[in-house]
Amino acid sequence: MNALKRKDLFWLALVALAALLPAVSAVSANSFSMHVLILILLYASMSQAWNIIGGYGGQVSFGHSVFFGIGAYGAGMAVVTYGLSPWPGILIGMLAAAVVAVLISYPCFKLSGHYFAIATFAIVEIFNRVFLVWYWVGGALGLDYPIVEEGLKNLMWYDTKTGYFYCALALFVLVFGIVRFLEGHRFGYQLRAVREGQETAESLGVNSTAIKLAAMALSAALAALCGAFFVQYNLRVDPPMVMSLDMSMKFVLVTILGGAGTLAGPLLGAAVLIPLQEYTRALWGGLGGGVDLIIFGLLIIIIVVKQPAGISGIVRDIAKRIGRRPTAAKGGTSYGAA
Amino acid sequence: MDTLVQVLLDGMLNGMLYALVALGLCLIWGVMDVINFAHGEYVMVAMYVSYWLGFLAKVDPLISIFAGGAFIFILGALTYKLIIHYTVGKPPLSALLATFGLAMLLKNLCLNRFTPNFRILSDTWLGDRTFQLGFLIVPVPQLVTAVLALLVIGLIFYMIRSTRFGWAVQATAMDKEAAELMGINTERIYILVFGIGGATVGIAGGIMPTYLAVHPEVGTMFGLIAFICVAMGGFGSIPGTLMAAILVGVVEALSGYYIAPVFKYVAVFGLYLAVVFLRPKGIFGW
Repeated sequence: MNALKRKDLFWLALVALAALLPAVSAVSANSFSMHVLILILLYASMSQAWNIIGGYGGQVSFGHSVFFGIGAYGAGMAVVTYGLSPWPGILIGMLAAAVVAVLISYPCFKLSGHYFAIATFAIVEIFNRVFLVWYWVGGALGLDYPIVEEGLKNLMWYDTKTGYFYCALALFVLVFGIVRFLEGHRFGYQLRAVREGQETAESLGVNSTAIKLAAMALSAALAALCGAFFVQYNLRVDPPMVMSLDMSMKFVLVTILGGAGTLAGPLLGAAVLIPLQEYTRALWGGLGGGVDLIIFGLLIIIIVVKQPAGISGIVRDIAKRIGRRPTAAKGGTSYGAA
Repeated sequence: MDTLVQVLLDGMLNGMLYALVALGLCLIWGVMDVINFAHGEYVMVAMYVSYWLGFLAKVDPLISIFAGGAFIFILGALTYKLIIHYTVGKPPLSALLATFGLAMLLKNLCLNRFTPNFRILSDTWLGDRTFQLGFLIVPVPQLVTAVLALLVIGLIFYMIRSTRFGWAVQATAMDKEAAELMGINTERIYILVFGIGGATVGIAGGIMPTYLAVHPEVGTMFGLIAFICVAMGGFGSIPGTLMAAILVGVVEALSGYYIAPVFKYVAVFGLYLAVVFLRPKGIFGW
């Protein structure tokens, strides 16, 4: 733990490289490529947040859009409703998401397999409807951001996307750093032990309920932080945008297609899926006919059917074929243990 | 009082439709322990089949139910053969994610081909007919759907309980390897279960264009409600699904009328949570 391992050096180099990207004028001059980079970092962070409970904890939640939405509304209401800086809203949103996550999860963790999954669907739908008619949070109209002074205080930039890019990078470093720390920490081992066999873990003195609830609370708070960034980037929020099943599915899909329960999985998933989503949308989305989503759907089927360990599994296969030890693909993939 | 009875009747009739939609999911879930996320999209595809037959060839939805059933039978069997088959033995959620991809594919394919417009058939045999029963107003299309639902559910229930094929299905559901040792071709059972499950949804989707508009998003809510009904009824239990579906229909109608239409799904999903928190395996589950 004390000495930096080779794996950590790899990650630090990656982050340093990413931090230099806006200096390359070919990248920063094209606002669409900046947009794609920001989204990759955002989705990687979101999925990594989900990965804590879904990948390492083995509890496949389809309810993370609720926490994401709470975070988005926390920041949004601070700015739009109360005219403040988003920062207090972000903190309150994260706290609220963690509290809601614990309250929801405590009864849900008693359910197994598909019953748990469907319960989390149901919760998303309930939150979606309630927020649609809740006047205090803006109802179906949602919240539209006013134009305020740009900068870190208001977390808003208008001229270039560089500010957003560094914020997204900071978010990415924070979330990945937390998960990297937990991987080697006692808590991470206990969490994985609960995933692999709850009874066995309990027999060894692990309080599985407390572990799962703590993981869920952390996961929800980080998802809320990502939601807050999302709304600051979008400058608008309404319930279908953030609290929907489609949004929940994105957390799950990116992680599982990348490789659940691995540190690199969420980044790999986001790095493949998000450019695909954005470029297919840019190329064919304008034809008004969902061609981008047809291709996306087809791709999901193919990846799940052909390589259930996700893209990190593919990377591992390639690394094995080359005959080198894989640097970034390690860990379990047994998500969704019943 | 009159209103309450009317609302209850509407809710029950709607619940029967949900039961017919959920039946296929219940079969597939019960036999294979797989959640087919594209279930709602099957409803949507069947509705389009029925709609286009009605619009282009002037076939009444009452006859199109056979076409819808046959179409979704094939779609279901293909789903098994091309997707689900490959997810057996892989992590439990593989099938759910792959069928989510299928749902996305089907929804956007229909969006692409048929535009997002709402379409409804006019001049059908059942049309907007209603009749008066005392103080109650009974809508004929919904009543026919309910009768059809009970018929199909009864038929499937009889088939599973009392035919050799049904016994083979039950054996496969209980213990796949033991069933294979008894000479049951489990692969064929799986294909047929997926096909028959699809066919029942196809029948439901076939009759729906009589009184519901078709659009690419129509299936999503039906799919979610089907999940709720099956899970609430208990793992693969047909009577449980029927009861849960009627309960869902009634709760939906009551909350929609007495509280507010926006809250009807809040009530339905809240009901699911309440039921599974009390009985984690559903009403008829064990």
